[in-house]
Amino acid sequence: MKKTNNMVVPWLLLLPATVLLAAFTHIPAVMTFINSFYRTPRGNRPARFVGMDHYSSMLSDPVFMAALKNNAIYALGTVPAAIALSMLMAIIVNSAIRGRALMRMSFFLPTVLPMIAVANIWLFFYTPGYGLIDQFLGLFGFHERNWLGDPDTVLGSLMVLAIWKEAGFFMIFYLAALQQISPTLSEAAALEGTSRWYFFRRVTFPLLMPTTLFVMINAIINSFRLIDHVIVMTRGGPDNASTLLLYYVYNVAFRFWDTAYASALTVVLLAVLALLAFVQFGVLDRKVHYK
Amino acid sequence: MNSWTGWIKGALAGVTMLGAGAAQAAPVEINFYYPVAIGGPVTKIVEDLIARFEGQYPDIRVKPVYSGTYPETISKALTAYRAGQPPEVAVMLSTDMYTLIDEDAIVPFDDFVRTDEEKAWLEGFFPVFMVNSAHDGKTWGVPFQRGTTLFFWNKDAFREVGLDPEKGPQNWDEVVEFATKLTKREADGNVSRWGMQVPSSLTSYWLLQGYVAQNDGKIADETGTQTHFDSPEVVEALQYWVDLAHKHKVMKPGVIEWATNPKDFFEGRAAMITTTSGNLTNIKTNAPFPFGVQILPEHKKRGAPTSGGNAYIFNGVAPEKQEAAFQFVKWLSSPEQAAEWSIKTGYIAAREDAWATDAMKAYVAEFPGALVPHEQIPYMVPELSTHENQRISRVIDDAIEASLTAKKEPAQALSDAQKEADRILEDYRD
Repeated sequence: MKKTNNMVVPWLLLLPATVLLAAFTHIPAVMTFINSFYRTPRGNRPARFVGMDHYSSMLSDPVFMAALKNNAIYALGTVPAAIALSMLMAIIVNSAIRGRALMRMSFFLPTVLPMIAVANIWLFFYTPGYGLIDQFLGLFGFHERNWLGDPDTVLGSLMVLAIWKEAGFFMIFYLAALQQISPTLSEAAALEGTSRWYFFRRVTFPLLMPTTLFVMINAIINSFRLIDHVIVMTRGGPDNASTLLLYYVYNVAFRFWDTAYASALTVVLLAVLALLAFVQFGVLDRKVHYK
Repeated sequence: MNSWTGWIKGALAGVTMLGAGAAQAAPVEINFYYPVAIGGPVTKIVEDLIARFEGQYPDIRVKPVYSGTYPETISKALTAYRAGQPPEVAVMLSTDMYTLIDEDAIVPFDDFVRTDEEKAWLEGFFPVFMVNSAHDGKTWGVPFQRGTTLFFWNKDAFREVGLDPEKGPQNWDEVVEFATKLTKREADGNVSRWGMQVPSSLTSYWLLQGYVAQNDGKIADETGTQTHFDSPEVVEALQYWVDLAHKHKVMKPGVIEWATNPKDFFEGRAAMITTTSGNLTNIKTNAPFPFGVQILPEHKKRGAPTSGGNAYIFNGVAPEKQEAAFQFVKWLSSPEQAAEWSIKTGYIAAREDAWATDAMKAYVAEFPGALVPHEQIPYMVPELSTHENQRISRVIDDAIEASLTAKKEPAQALSDAQKEADRILEDYRD
């Protein structure tokens, strides 16, 4: 009697979390995987097993290929830049300068704003002719540019926004990490007469590596996960030049109502993310700790 | 937020419905989903209309549910339908008809139309609006709010370059000629005013349809299974549009946003624009100069696109609720209400008898511009509407964007689009 009670209580305690996790994470994930092998059922057309059809048609789907390429460029462009910028900002606001609180606040501000609001603000920045950016560049004799209406500039324009939005958040982590570094290190280095750059390169940067790994994982996930600005600013256009993977999944699922194909796309997206996470945790994690 | 309130309202409605089932004399309650795609106090207008309807039909209660944009409305309605709790009536795009039929989500109006008066009501809509509402000889939706595109010009700019400010360009060649005069280039090559601007972000196929109609072509046939994207008429039409930007250099290159297009007009950065008739009031209120408005210029003939929302009755609800929904839709689209809705929102009243009401006559006398959409009705063509319509319209939008941004030649872009459309529609052909 006593023994069974001991078994039941922990399970009961786990139950709420288990139910929620199963209902909203595990079951949907498994269902997505299963659905990806079937054709989308319509009112008068039942679901039919189609095997790997969705996966093979992806290869000849120009929009999927464009989305994959765009997302790769987007991740490669935003992640290192956001990391470098946030590290720089953290170092600036960690030093004893005047107006430090104000600077910290202004660097962090973009993080506080909701993405939809930010996207609307930047929509105005990018307006051709009388938007903030064109007005500013006009002072130096640059011509009006259709930033979001030109396939050559649209993805870059979204990337700039993403970096600006992300960097402030990552700065917080670097700031915390910087304050963990013992001041004795810099005092010792100062006694030895090392330059500031040398000290950063050989001491600060290596000590920040675990934070960098954490930030990098988050930044990469965000580059696949955050698409609010795409919806507000470009809706993937022009001609899919700014379509990111998740935005395409959203379109296929909730605009085209092809939920089966969307499931297959989701499986691919998850596989890409799992692979990236595996590489980062499995390979990099062993190298980041300062020994 | 919207979806949450929608769900909560839906849940509450479900509970009240259960309660209503018990009491015999209780009025029939129906849910009405409607989107808001324009500015103005639409929610208030809808609630006023419903209050008046309930006064005249005391045995019917209508619960209005504001359901976001058009795409959000169909998402919510279909999700609710799949969960077994569809709204009784919803306003969704007329071009969503095939999607709704394929999902088996709606019922045709023909089953409810019995009396002569009801038959006369159904026949009173302009035929062009009914093409997007009929399939297989049945009527699946009735026009609730419809729009078209109109041509606007800045009279001050016309005067400045020596054009007659009272006369807009009447055909494609005149548009190019006028626009060339109106385009103002600074010494450094920067353009401070474009002659002509046509919006091209989102549903740009709509604008293309106007050009195709003027070129005596068709973008798709009426079966909903065949598009004609690569036909010579469509290619020529897109080529003309692209040439405005890249050959004649009188239009801003790249994709032009719907929202910035009227703004450019107000700021004097675009001398002539095409935009939706829904912008009439906006332009009337905000243009700081005298402006002209007319129907679209012709080429081989006149032509103009239509768009907008239909009211649909849902499948999977009790027959007496469907009947109540029918009474509501009929009342809402009868002449007086159609005229009132048109005056207050700027949408085109979809029936001739609505234009003959006293309220409409008084409005037109006060603001003659309101008559321009009516003048265009004889030239309108049905909107592109096929099975998997969202996907097909995205395909053609992509082709237009690729051409306007000079990534592809129009002929190439359209031939690619046609191949893709054939692949998608293959399943629906017999």
